[in-house]
Amino acid sequence: MASIKINQSKVTDPESLIALCPFGAIESKNGKIEINAGCRMCRMCIRKGGGVFELVEDAAPGVDKSKWRGIAVVAEIDEDGSLHPVALELLGKARELAAKINHPVTALVIGSGTQPAAERLLAYGADEVHVYDDPALRHFRIEPYANALEDFINLTHPSSVLVGGTMNGRSLAPRVAARFRTGLTADCTVLDMSANTDLDQIRPAYGGNIMAHINTPRHRPQFATVRYKIFPIPPKDEPHGRIIAHTLAPERLTSLIEVIERRRKSAEKGIEECEVLVVCGRGVKKSEDISLLEELATLLGGRVASTRAVVEAGWLDAKRQIGLSGRTVKPKLIITCGVSGAIQFVAGMSGSELIVAINTDPNASIFKVAHVGIVGDIYQVIPELIEKIKRLKG
Amino acid sequence: MNILICIKQVPGTSQVEIDEKTGTLKRDGVAAKMNPFDLYALETALRLKERTSAALTVLTMGPPQCEKVVREAFMMGVDSGVILSDRAFGGADVLMTSYTLSEGARRAGPFDLIICGKQTTDGDTAQVGAELAEWLGIPHVVNVKAIGEIDERAITVTVDLPDSEVTERIPFPCLMTVEKGIFEPRLPSYRRKLATADREITWLALADLNDSDPKHYGLNGSPTQVKRIFPPESHIERITLEGSPAEQAAALAKLLEERKFLQ
Repeated sequence: MASIKINQSKVTDPESLIALCPFGAIESKNGKIEINAGCRMCRMCIRKGGGVFELVEDAAPGVDKSKWRGIAVVAEIDEDGSLHPVALELLGKARELAAKINHPVTALVIGSGTQPAAERLLAYGADEVHVYDDPALRHFRIEPYANALEDFINLTHPSSVLVGGTMNGRSLAPRVAARFRTGLTADCTVLDMSANTDLDQIRPAYGGNIMAHINTPRHRPQFATVRYKIFPIPPKDEPHGRIIAHTLAPERLTSLIEVIERRRKSAEKGIEECEVLVVCGRGVKKSEDISLLEELATLLGGRVASTRAVVEAGWLDAKRQIGLSGRTVKPKLIITCGVSGAIQFVAGMSGSELIVAINTDPNASIFKVAHVGIVGDIYQVIPELIEKIKRLKG
Repeated sequence: MNILICIKQVPGTSQVEIDEKTGTLKRDGVAAKMNPFDLYALETALRLKERTSAALTVLTMGPPQCEKVVREAFMMGVDSGVILSDRAFGGADVLMTSYTLSEGARRAGPFDLIICGKQTTDGDTAQVGAELAEWLGIPHVVNVKAIGEIDERAITVTVDLPDSEVTERIPFPCLMTVEKGIFEPRLPSYRRKLATADREITWLALADLNDSDPKHYGLNGSPTQVKRIFPPESHIERITLEGSPAEQAAALAKLLEERKFLQ
């Protein structure tokens, strides 16, 4: 743990010190510089404050890290037992991380009818797959699922726990992280492993164009969530691991929440499944003009997706939204039309194989990630493009 | 019935950037405002108040300036406000933020229902709600998109999942986080602004909480540590298609054909 000590004797220009803090957390009270509750510990003042602010590392020892071994992946299955593919992506990353510190890779499956998913996880390289299989676990309910994950952690003491950033994962991971009084880093986009088993977690932060490198140096396990399609699915392997079944006492399988009704939504192909996406951005002037993008998408065998602004304008359904607060996509081709390229959007599509950007503003940040850039007006370029594609396709 | 709504003051813009020359954060135009997602939590509570005559309290943590968002909640129709503010709370991560809120909720409560927004626009983690529920030992439900029946013992809500919608009945006390768009948030009223200008707010500092050990709060108690912040890498390899729109379109069509997208 660390805190910031203020050397009042070194203060010469309080105003410039107050201006250092991007969060307005430095203030002057009765001639003394103080840090208020707005502090986000970005350490800017320590680096730029000319010695006024000093980082004091508390020597309090943390947990004995050698007692926490293994990288665990919480694998989600649906009520029919089919595995969410983010689990395989996390398993691939877990193997890579575990190899650096010679730890085992474990997977956890909670549900009913877990056998096929467990075997699939073995085929993708899990050393152990732990299952909690019970009819009471068929549907996600927070209390029994949290109890199962808690039980698994108490039995296996994993050093890191990786959870898919699905809706259920984002409900389960914080609940159990709080139960173990440990750290949780949400929506990581890069994960690495330090020799001392500290998980290096990198995520976009402060909602802006900033990446934060986060560690959990004195607590175990280290929880991280990662969205679907951030990491690639690893190649299949010769299964070498084993499945270990656990049970929970009946009282730990109950929930106070009573499910009254469950309605399936129509099974429309999600934008995550599409190989080609045409993205509607703010450069599209009115909702009727989306038909132009639909025509291009159809020609290319893809679908129209959108930025947050377009969903907020009510032009397209939220299911089409790409980005941190929408879906993460990794198509073979993505054509962004009038998209500026805010970091939250880019985080949701930067893994795409071929990124084409069309925007009138040559300084738009989308051009920093685009493989092919077209500085131009979508209203001029796209009709031409549609015509040329039609001609080439015959 | 007592309902608590957790709110937060956030920077006015989500576009905080790093100055690559100096390595400092640019802070142009970062006037603070209420976290936009919290407006939906407030509106949900206000609708429930109309149906049940529940008493509404807002809870926030932050520097003294955050009084502004509590006043804004009063102007929307909230009855009382509690602010957790202490130097010891600074630098809190998700675990410590949720713990401090739980101590504040215990002090100001008890509450039958706690409502949180989906996420904040600055932290963007969407995890404080679930952790707060764990600290308080009450069930939670996230992604609530509609409210059904409510009585003295429980509330019925509809939760939005990717491929289904689930209607659930949750007994009190419980916590829920609501989706953006669950209701259209009302605007603050000038009449209420005048009526609530002198309304007292409860300020809670470390010493006012049941657990007043500074090691259990803020930076001291936070398991996660920000090691460093840096600007994201930008892509290096890229080509630009020049010329008239027709020439640009022709070049792109050719490229797409070469890459086998036109089959």
